Amino acid sequence: MDAELIAMQLFSGVALGAIMIMVALGLSIIFGMLGVVNFAHGALFMVGAYAGLWIASLTGSFWWGLLIAPLAVGALGMLIERVLIRPLYKRSVDDPLLLTFGLGYVLVEAVRILFGSDGIPFPTPPQLAGVADLGIGFFPIYRLFVVGVVALTLLLLWLGLEKTKFGLIVRAGAKDPQIMRVLGVDIATVWLLVFGLGVALTALGGVLAAPMRNVNPEMGSLVLAEAFVVTVIGGMGSLVGAVVAGLLVGVAISMTALFAPEMATIVMFALMALVLLVRPQGLFGKPTRA
Amino acid sequence: MTSQGTYSITRRSALAGLAAGSAALAMPALVRAQGESIRIGFPTPLTGPFAAEAKDQVKSAELAVKLVNDKGGIAGRKVELLVRDDKLNAGEAATRTLELIEKDKVHAVVGALSSAVQLAVNEVTRARGVIYVSISQSDTINEVKDFSRFTFHEALNPHMTTAAVAKHTFKPGSKIAYLVADYAYGHEMLRGFKRAQAAIGATSVGEILHPFGAADYSTFMPQLRAMRPDILCICNFGRDQANAIKQAVDFGMNRQSKIVVPVLLHNQRLAVGPEAFEGVVGGANYYWGLEDTIPSAKAFNDAFKAANGGAYPTDYGAYGFTGVSSLLLAMAAAGGPDTDKVVAALEKLQYDVAKGPQHYRACDHQSVQSVLVLESKKKAEMKNEADLFKILAIEPAAESILRTCSELGFPA
Repeated sequence: MDAELIAMQLFSGVALGAIMIMVALGLSIIFGMLGVVNFAHGALFMVGAYAGLWIASLTGSFWWGLLIAPLAVGALGMLIERVLIRPLYKRSVDDPLLLTFGLGYVLVEAVRILFGSDGIPFPTPPQLAGVADLGIGFFPIYRLFVVGVVALTLLLLWLGLEKTKFGLIVRAGAKDPQIMRVLGVDIATVWLLVFGLGVALTALGGVLAAPMRNVNPEMGSLVLAEAFVVTVIGGMGSLVGAVVAGLLVGVAISMTALFAPEMATIVMFALMALVLLVRPQGLFGKPTRA
Repeated sequence: MTSQGTYSITRRSALAGLAAGSAALAMPALVRAQGESIRIGFPTPLTGPFAAEAKDQVKSAELAVKLVNDKGGIAGRKVELLVRDDKLNAGEAATRTLELIEKDKVHAVVGALSSAVQLAVNEVTRARGVIYVSISQSDTINEVKDFSRFTFHEALNPHMTTAAVAKHTFKPGSKIAYLVADYAYGHEMLRGFKRAQAAIGATSVGEILHPFGAADYSTFMPQLRAMRPDILCICNFGRDQANAIKQAVDFGMNRQSKIVVPVLLHNQRLAVGPEAFEGVVGGANYYWGLEDTIPSAKAFNDAFKAANGGAYPTDYGAYGFTGVSSLLLAMAAAGGPDTDKVVAALEKLQYDVAKGPQHYRACDHQSVQSVLVLESKKKAEMKNEADLFKILAIEPAAESILRTCSELGFPA
């Protein structure tokens, strides 16, 4: 087992974790702010991929799909929050969970009716096709691009949350929405925007994943399971946790793929079980939620 | 992106989706017709990663039933197909099959699309003494411990498939790396290839088992690349095949190795596009291009296209047609659905319904049939949207391409 192969394997893990981070971030932001466990998150990832494909086929360009689809699906997310989820806030926490669970099925069926249940090809954009020599081995240029986009998105998100007034409100709102209301902040609008942001992130993940995996109506279900694992490991509601856990899970999968490939899917669940035993709130989670 | 056709959802595929969607919705509502109809149960994974292949199986099976009913049915009785979603799950399939037998009183069962699920269906039909025509690849179903006189295996088996594919791709001294789905189908294909590899004098440079239903194969690629194989043999099915081939090509594996698969799937090639599949070689039970040389293929294609808005029949879809057709031919010869008479008729049957002559071997009830070896065409070589593959070779139907009855454990 040479060092180059292990280095390549580590890098593959990071690249694999990048997509998981995009999905888990959205899940975590929505849970952290709204307290809603969004079971439609995987389906919205899939809707993002189809929206990207659809826009790319209309405009003839992947880039428009990459840009517009997350915004459009994010807008759909805001609509979902406003019309379907908002009336449920006053009720038990199970209600939004059940609603989004059902909504996930509706979205998958809707896509099946509109685009068929077979997969549809989503070619790698020609500018990003081919492989790059990393010195330790070859890696698809497109996957490098994905890592770059995810890193850029994380940077923008961090700047937005740490350096803007809106970010301050979001952070404060996550701690105590009651006080924010007393201070005269329109928390309902903040929640609307946060839900839209979370959905836009997963939709971006979907568009980014499409040229690697093609699109099909069921592509979100596995992704949702991965995202939950990442969120639980990182700590529900923690953004740093989602990033660290995403990388951790990606690397754990790729290292397992090297030494015990048939265990590559199981390992993330084993990791989750381990973290839950040792630190039930997750790596970066708060011990108890108010 | 310059060319407009690159990202395309055509109106036709959207319409086809609509039609398929509404057909799926209508299915549970199918009420049983008159009591005297002949009922055939058809469990298949309409949802899950093999859904595309399963849907084609249903369309082709429905066509076989329709053609018989158009001619007045069997002994004056209408034939009815009862389709059930087995969700690609052995437990679900066993339950649905039991329901079909106990509640719907089917006369025979045809179907299943995964080797493991098929064995679960076979357990149920064998215990109840109901005829089962299996249309999913399996070697174990031929072997004496899983054999039942009620079971007929219409699909190719991994042994004959891998032998044919290896014969036309492996060479003495070839270095072969295997990426294998970790379940019965993958294991059986790997076993078949390794047997052929030993006979040819090729060597294995590594085998990687991947979890069934994985979406991302990137973590396996650096290792496969480091093995420096002449041939990368990818033994998985359905969407797993599409994703694994696409990602192997993304990693540039096709530049150093030829990609070979046990079965080259029409629907997955459509779902991924010509670029990634270019030059990939694999086996098949059926390809519509057979119509140039085989009249029954032409008749099947024409009937299928007429019934499905011009769509071409596919490999696993064709199993639905040949499997149901052979059963109905035997029922016609037996004058009705009486199990013992139909079993006897199936054992005697010589049929040619889509791909040339076929018959069920006496000892293990395996359908003796030709194996096609196909190569995926370059985009520039395609004459139309369905012109996907070049037929490299056809291994003719002969018992010599099967394992011998004594090797399977049957008394001589």
